[in-house]
Amino acid sequence: MSATSARPHASQPSDSAFILKKALISAAVALVLFSLMIGIRTEAGPEGNLIYWTRFGDLAAIVATVFGGSIIVELLRQWWGPVDKERIVPKPVQSAMSFAGRWLAPALLGFTVLVPVIFYDQRYILDLSILVLTYVMLGWGLNVVVGLAGLLDLGYVAFYAVGAYSYALLATNFDLSFWVCLPLAGILAALWGVMLGFPVLRLRGDYLAIVTLAFGEIIRLVIINWQSLTGGPNGVSGIPRPTVFGIPLDNSDDGLAAKLGIEFSPTHRLVFLFYLILAMALITNWVTIRLRRLPIGRAWEALREDEVACRALGINTTTTKLTAFATGAMFGGFAGAFFATRQGFISPESFTFQESALVLAIVVLGGMGSQLGVALAALAMIGGFELFRGFDQYRMLVFGIAMVLLMIWRPRGLIGHRAPTVFLERNQAISSDLVKEGHG
Amino acid sequence: MSNDNILSVDHLMMRFGGIVAVNDLSFAAERRKITALIGPNGAGKTTVFNCITGFYRPSGGAIRLAHDDGRVVKLERLNDFRISRQAKVARTFQNIRLFPGMTALENLMVAQHNVLMRASGLTFLGLIGAPSWRSAEERAIELARTWLARVGLLPRADDAAGNLPYGDQRRLEIARAMCTEPALLCLDEPAAGLNARESGALNELLLSIRGEHGTSILLIEHDMSVVMEISDHVVVMDYGVKIAEGTPQAVRDDPKVIAAYLGADEEEAIAVMESTP
Amino acid sequence: MDYFAQQLINGLVLGSIYGLIAIGYTMVYGIVGMINFAHGDIFMIGGFIALISFLVLVSLGLTAIPVILLIVLLVSMAITALYGWTIERIAYRPLRHSFRLAPMLSAIGMSFVLTNFSQVSQGARVKPVPPIITGGYTLHEGAEGFAVQLSNIQILVVLATIVVLALFTWLVSRTRLGRDMRACEQDQTMAALLGVDVDRTISMTFVIGAALAAVAGMMYLLYYGLVDFFMGFVAGIKAFTAAVLGGIGSLPGAMLGGLAIGLIETFWSAYFSVEYKDVAAFSILIVVLIFMPTGLLGRPEVEKV
Repeated sequence: MSATSARPHASQPSDSAFILKKALISAAVALVLFSLMIGIRTEAGPEGNLIYWTRFGDLAAIVATVFGGSIIVELLRQWWGPVDKERIVPKPVQSAMSFAGRWLAPALLGFTVLVPVIFYDQRYILDLSILVLTYVMLGWGLNVVVGLAGLLDLGYVAFYAVGAYSYALLATNFDLSFWVCLPLAGILAALWGVMLGFPVLRLRGDYLAIVTLAFGEIIRLVIINWQSLTGGPNGVSGIPRPTVFGIPLDNSDDGLAAKLGIEFSPTHRLVFLFYLILAMALITNWVTIRLRRLPIGRAWEALREDEVACRALGINTTTTKLTAFATGAMFGGFAGAFFATRQGFISPESFTFQESALVLAIVVLGGMGSQLGVALAALAMIGGFELFRGFDQYRMLVFGIAMVLLMIWRPRGLIGHRAPTVFLERNQAISSDLVKEGHG
Repeated sequence: MSNDNILSVDHLMMRFGGIVAVNDLSFAAERRKITALIGPNGAGKTTVFNCITGFYRPSGGAIRLAHDDGRVVKLERLNDFRISRQAKVARTFQNIRLFPGMTALENLMVAQHNVLMRASGLTFLGLIGAPSWRSAEERAIELARTWLARVGLLPRADDAAGNLPYGDQRRLEIARAMCTEPALLCLDEPAAGLNARESGALNELLLSIRGEHGTSILLIEHDMSVVMEISDHVVVMDYGVKIAEGTPQAVRDDPKVIAAYLGADEEEAIAVMESTP
Repeated sequence: MDYFAQQLINGLVLGSIYGLIAIGYTMVYGIVGMINFAHGDIFMIGGFIALISFLVLVSLGLTAIPVILLIVLLVSMAITALYGWTIERIAYRPLRHSFRLAPMLSAIGMSFVLTNFSQVSQGARVKPVPPIITGGYTLHEGAEGFAVQLSNIQILVVLATIVVLALFTWLVSRTRLGRDMRACEQDQTMAALLGVDVDRTISMTFVIGAALAAVAGMMYLLYYGLVDFFMGFVAGIKAFTAAVLGGIGSLPGAMLGGLAIGLIETFWSAYFSVEYKDVAAFSILIVVLIFMPTGLLGRPEVEKV
């Protein structure tokens, strides 16, 4: 990078030679990397023996793409001039973004409320919106732990799973209604959060990360193997659908449609689910914003900034961390219960490390601590993911590439400012360069 | 020594593996006085601080804090965060430890955590916005405003702490410590890195904290002008043991002190000798 | 007793493979301070390249197994090392002085890329290979007909691990590169001031880590006789667990942690239940960290106040 910035910003002959050389090297690297992995395709043959065939055409195409791509990237880089952060996201764009931020949130909320009205006939969009909102809620929940308290949690999906299985098992075994189970699922998830948090929260940094990851895996493995309780890999099916406070959303005589005297349509349930998750997400958001302005929320942020100073000020860091963990877990549990009632069926496959990584990516990409950023990131990630629905095979591949590129493009996330929780005169945002990311 | 000691350290020992950082140290800090702890680099001053403020658990000895009402707290048995909460001991750090991504005002609000936590009914009353919580919050902001004004940072209340100049950060850290309403304020090299004007302002601030607020102060300092000007009592340490104590004058003339500084660091020794008023 | 001895052998072999992968994690962590989540997938790529090059060599008409294995090992190490180098260059270097979570998420993204790249390019099905190295020794004939077996492949895995580790130890402790690596681990700025090429040293760290993972990948292929695109995830998590268990940043710790995880897993499967072997490994990690927060051989973190 320093080499690029040191060179004069003009297209001299040496530059084109440089670009060509770089492209050739990239192509050579690509040739070696892909020679065996793409050039030769292996497959288990009919008799269990291994067969292979060559794909040199594909290999050549890929190497050529890398060669061409490398030239284009180099040219773009020259066109941009020396690479530094200001040039990638110009200042005017940033100020425009912060201006947009003020109007974006209400506009986005207004639009979201109207989604079921606008897209009433489009089941697919409704389904997708519900999915996006679920991730918005998960992102907001994890944001409490990672964004505010600065504790790295790689096993957040465990609490999502606890919430989902709590509802599924309570509802199928004890016939409890969704509205009774929802708070129970949240409380159980929070309890698990405390149980995990209590012994491990004195660990710091990456030790905490690996322990949370391990915990997420333990929960998933226990769910898979404790077949008598959880149904193992087959999951739990026949989970009751949510009711409008006791009134089912079906075409029976007791159903909501019959009671209101309108014609039954399965879309009713989707619309109901949409507003349910929207309300849950908004409550999560409201509580989080509120908590930030309370001593507990300030202590979370202070903990992220400097744990030693917190202790010198008389803050019990263990309980503070625990409350952050439990709060995040509780929101995860609520989201899990919603997931279970929406799907009607859950299995351990929905609670893999990939989910944890996805939610964490949403939080980090959103700009840690920013509620609006998390919502936008969830929309971008889940929406973008859906664009590749047709190319199932390539979906995760593209997702991974996008994750890498997004991190390089905006390592501090989409919204990199921190809003103060209290002010005397001026409510001015704090640049993300000052905000710490925590050591936990 | 008079009986009105706020802090008494008796036979304090601190070992790290085989190294004895503090060896059988005893001294006392008088109530509503400024006590300075000085000594060459590596004498164990910060270790003593860390023992008093609970960041280290002493290997031996006793640290007693006597409150105005006669209540005595055994500091060596308390965890770090309880020292601030129960013993009312606040501290600053040698390398400033503010919350850089939070505003100056927020820094002072965090310092009032325990009071506010109670007022917010462990968050629940605060969540529903109970009036009692609101008034408590207003009082906390008022206290923060008072301290910001006293350290001259009121105009910068809404700036990120990390954006403040160095001298301002030092004063903000003191203000933050004072917002915990301590009985004993421990300052770890408060004048380090300050210029002459700033260090003069610091002296005034510390004297006013002692005079108007009645807070006892214990400070570690290298800047002899600060030590000589404001301390009521000076304790000199070298290699983990106390080598002298007394009034600033008496200590300055003590040959043992001069030898310790000369032996350790010529510049500092000269600083000691030249700081004659 | 015989059963115990047999499990001990199996556990040590498995632990050797984990240890080789764990070294890559611990080296990168020591120097760059990041969890290289893609490292498990580097191991998987190493296995695939070993498989494909083996297949090519056999079809070219080579028959001498030792020659084939040697070539496969070298090819696999070289190409996998290039994967390690490329990944560092593309996904980590731009983020070197950034925010701590950014390289970590970039690494998670890279892990998804590698997993799905090999799924797309080589298909989702498990790739079996016929046993290449057969035979072995019966160490002890038990009373109830249970014999303690030591197969040739087990000997090979352990021998290869020892040889690779010896080479690696020599590299780190005796060469210029090793000294540079240790210098960068202590203080990158100071190392750079003293003339250490930090970029190159970090690149080499990834290269060496990937080459060790390739050895592990090949051993896995020979030992279990199969590879699949998803094997990097589980092996990676376990190896990382091993690195943390041993004390991340400590090279002997990584090997020790690897052996510990291998033994725990094997003994748990043998005496309790196969299903919960991973749960056991992870639980023991948590328990160890609770009592030794920086792992078995990690340097205790001194809190500077």
